[in-house]
Amino acid sequence: MNIQNTQWVTIGALNDIPRQGARRVIAGPKTIAIFRTTQDEVYALEDKCPFKDGPLSEGIVHGKTVSCPITNWVISLETGAAQGADQGQTQVFPIKLEGQTIQLGL
Amino acid sequence: MAKQRLVIIGNGMAPGRMLEHLFEENHAAFDVTIFNAEPRVNYDRIMLSPVLSGEKSFEDIIIHDDAWYAQHNITLHKGAKVAKIDRTAKTVTSENGITAPYDKLVIATGSDPFIIPCPGHDLDGVLPYRDLDDTDAMTAAAKQGGNAVVIGGGLLGLEAAAGLNTLGMDVTVLHLMPTLMERQLDSAAGYLLEKELESRGIDIRCKSNTKQIIGEDGQVTGVELEDGTLIKCDIVVMAVGIRPNVALAKDTGLEVNRGIVTTNGMQTSDANIYSIGECAEVGGMVYGLVAPLYQMAAVAAKHLCGPTDALFQHSETPTKLKVTGCDLYSVGDFAEGDDREDIVLRDANMGTYKRVIIQDNKVIGAVLYGAVEDGGWYNEMLKSGEDISDMRDTLIFGQAYQGGGELDPLAMVAGMSDDAEICGCNGITKGMITSKITSMGLTSLADVRAHTKASASCGSCTGLVENVMAITLGDAFKLPEVEGMCGCTPHDHGTVRRLIKSQGLKSIPAVMQELEWNTPEGCSKCRPALNYYLVADWPGEYQDDQQSRFINERVHANIQKDGTYSVVPRMFGGLTTPDELRAIADVADKFEIPTVKVTGGQRIDLLGVKKDDLIPVWDDLNKAGMISGAAYAKGLRTVKTCVGTDWCRFGTQDSTGLGVRLEKLLWGSWSPAKLKLAVSGCPRNCAESTCKDIGIICVDSGYEIHYGGAAGLHIQGTTKLGNVETEEEVLEYCAAMTQYYRETGYYLERIYKWADRLGYDHIKSVIYDDPVARKDYYERFLHSQKFAQVDPWAERVKGAEAHEFTPMADLTPREAAE
Repeated sequence: MNIQNTQWVTIGALNDIPRQGARRVIAGPKTIAIFRTTQDEVYALEDKCPFKDGPLSEGIVHGKTVSCPITNWVISLETGAAQGADQGQTQVFPIKLEGQTIQLGL
Repeated sequence: MAKQRLVIIGNGMAPGRMLEHLFEENHAAFDVTIFNAEPRVNYDRIMLSPVLSGEKSFEDIIIHDDAWYAQHNITLHKGAKVAKIDRTAKTVTSENGITAPYDKLVIATGSDPFIIPCPGHDLDGVLPYRDLDDTDAMTAAAKQGGNAVVIGGGLLGLEAAAGLNTLGMDVTVLHLMPTLMERQLDSAAGYLLEKELESRGIDIRCKSNTKQIIGEDGQVTGVELEDGTLIKCDIVVMAVGIRPNVALAKDTGLEVNRGIVTTNGMQTSDANIYSIGECAEVGGMVYGLVAPLYQMAAVAAKHLCGPTDALFQHSETPTKLKVTGCDLYSVGDFAEGDDREDIVLRDANMGTYKRVIIQDNKVIGAVLYGAVEDGGWYNEMLKSGEDISDMRDTLIFGQAYQGGGELDPLAMVAGMSDDAEICGCNGITKGMITSKITSMGLTSLADVRAHTKASASCGSCTGLVENVMAITLGDAFKLPEVEGMCGCTPHDHGTVRRLIKSQGLKSIPAVMQELEWNTPEGCSKCRPALNYYLVADWPGEYQDDQQSRFINERVHANIQKDGTYSVVPRMFGGLTTPDELRAIADVADKFEIPTVKVTGGQRIDLLGVKKDDLIPVWDDLNKAGMISGAAYAKGLRTVKTCVGTDWCRFGTQDSTGLGVRLEKLLWGSWSPAKLKLAVSGCPRNCAESTCKDIGIICVDSGYEIHYGGAAGLHIQGTTKLGNVETEEEVLEYCAAMTQYYRETGYYLERIYKWADRLGYDHIKSVIYDDPVARKDYYERFLHSQKFAQVDPWAERVKGAEAHEFTPMADLTPREAAE
């Protein structure tokens, strides 16, 4: 198992993302969805629903969850886990919010 | 034994209930004849206020429909007021000349509204508030808008005021006493109620004594108070109280005091005549709330069937106000006194007030405002006379705080005694429900309602009844399918739509707050629905919430399974030009769009557009004069046409031109679900109008309008609305129908489902038969279109919602140059 230090990258400002919305960050082959809740919490998930790879950044954000636009699976923003009876996991990335500045941990 | 002849005068809730008991006891004993002064069947008078405010319709509150009377062989004379009772001949005769003989007679004439005999009380526009006719008169008056004065700040007066306020009138309430509802509320709760109603724009004037009602040409124009104040108004609603209607009994020579005097067995001074309901006086008391009236009905039924020891017993009846958003509950005695103690809990921020009145360590009364869940619990203690010394410290916090941690509702119901009352309206105890469930094998809420009447009147105890079922049936009990829009609310779509309008809710947070959503932000099912309802109901006022729209409607393109999009420009009526086609071809080349396809709706679909290319693609299409085809929208999609008289030898009208006009009129509008139209130039129907949401078929004499077709998962031909003669009429009828659908449809409900639900005859009666209603809907549609006909592509090309279309950052490492 590789032990890597998390590399923090500044990706933008809080106000770049609408409340109850999301933006994409392109990181090579991966797209990461950055979510902002009504409470101004920021979360990052791989932009891929564990069921049919739907782009989670296009889903409807409610509370600390997002509904996949393709399948309506509900994914937790905190853990990346599918909610309810569905089983599945999306990769979670760490976020640091300093003032307005959002940093993404890769 | 020959059947006895039972005649009933009056067809209100009490005699209706009495008959149910009677048929339960002995179905064959009586031939029943009813004289009803009102021209209709038996309905739930308690629910008139929700009818006034528009939250319910008359059909919703019918207790017994015509079929019920037929099924029980009851002769019901509607609109037949009884003029005379002949006790010697034992007959009853109505004003319109019907005579019926009786063996037993029940007088249930109810009560009359009390009209203050001040000058002007007989002017047109002075209304009582008592029956459906009064409710209808108020609704009709409210349509004109203007000012209303309600005299009387009691239960009925305030319900009338709230209803009229909801209907858009400016309402002033005049109340003689210093605080509202002084018979049911103490001054603190009265104050909170006053504040709540004033915050809704109702002008409350306590300590106001009406001097006279002023009018012109026989029509009300205002009310003058004793202190000289003059209040202008268009209607006056008198709701100062009711008077038992005893005139007939008095003429007949029965013993009459305030009401018709009866024994505790509901028998009058004539052994063959009984009296129940608001007109009866038993134990020196007359009653106006439904629970004691239903008790009278049950007692009378037993006595009619033979010797019994069933007797009417007085009990305290709790009061609730049926005004959405004003929760109050009061029961028992709450006058202050030296031998009484009060426990009071107030929360100014929450606007709640709770007061429990105690005498000799027993609860004797309770007044609750804003937090009323524990009303039933206090009432149970009041009835049982339980000693409360042990829980005195926590009594005011309610049942959940007794005995340590929070009690779950099931455990709470399990802990109730069999005598505990579950349904206050009908006086149904827990024991009565459990015994019916067991003896009759009931498993559904509907059955329990039908057989016990629990939760069948106001419905506020439905949750309790379900819990009783859960405890009694164990695993056999399945909660009814959630009827709510989604897991976030128990309200169904219809209720939510009505309340959005009636309470003037204009934002998603307001809806969730006022309708008590049980999730903080809703979910992906309810948010798009609410957003649509608000867009449709408040054009120009509501700010569309992009975050509550599905991705397709947010980016104005259709997401495909690989995350790319399809782009469909509008081609009005299926017409295009070489220039448009060239622009589409250029766009396809320039952005390497892999698939170009002709759609079923007569336009061109560009499939496989990358998200980042959407804006430049739209920009190019816009420049060639094309706008979004809304192929992604719950809204107007296409108007499909055939070529009509311009080219076709069978064409009877210009179907293409009409299709273009229709699409130009309708584009941009949001609707509950997608909306597809077609215009065929002759009955050969090449545009396939008869499977569209709305379809036009041109004929020699004009146009046939069809609607309610489906050709998706479900296949269904259209139903004809009717014929019209001109294109202008086609436009008006189609737009009016679309607007009616927009205002009453449930989110994601296609027109055919909507029409199945509302009924084709009903829709025809509104859109085709009623020119006034049609004009109203048409005007509202045109108003709404002023805000809707904006091309979303052009807006976004100019920079709107830019965050949707570009990544926030691109962290891909640049490849080093070789």
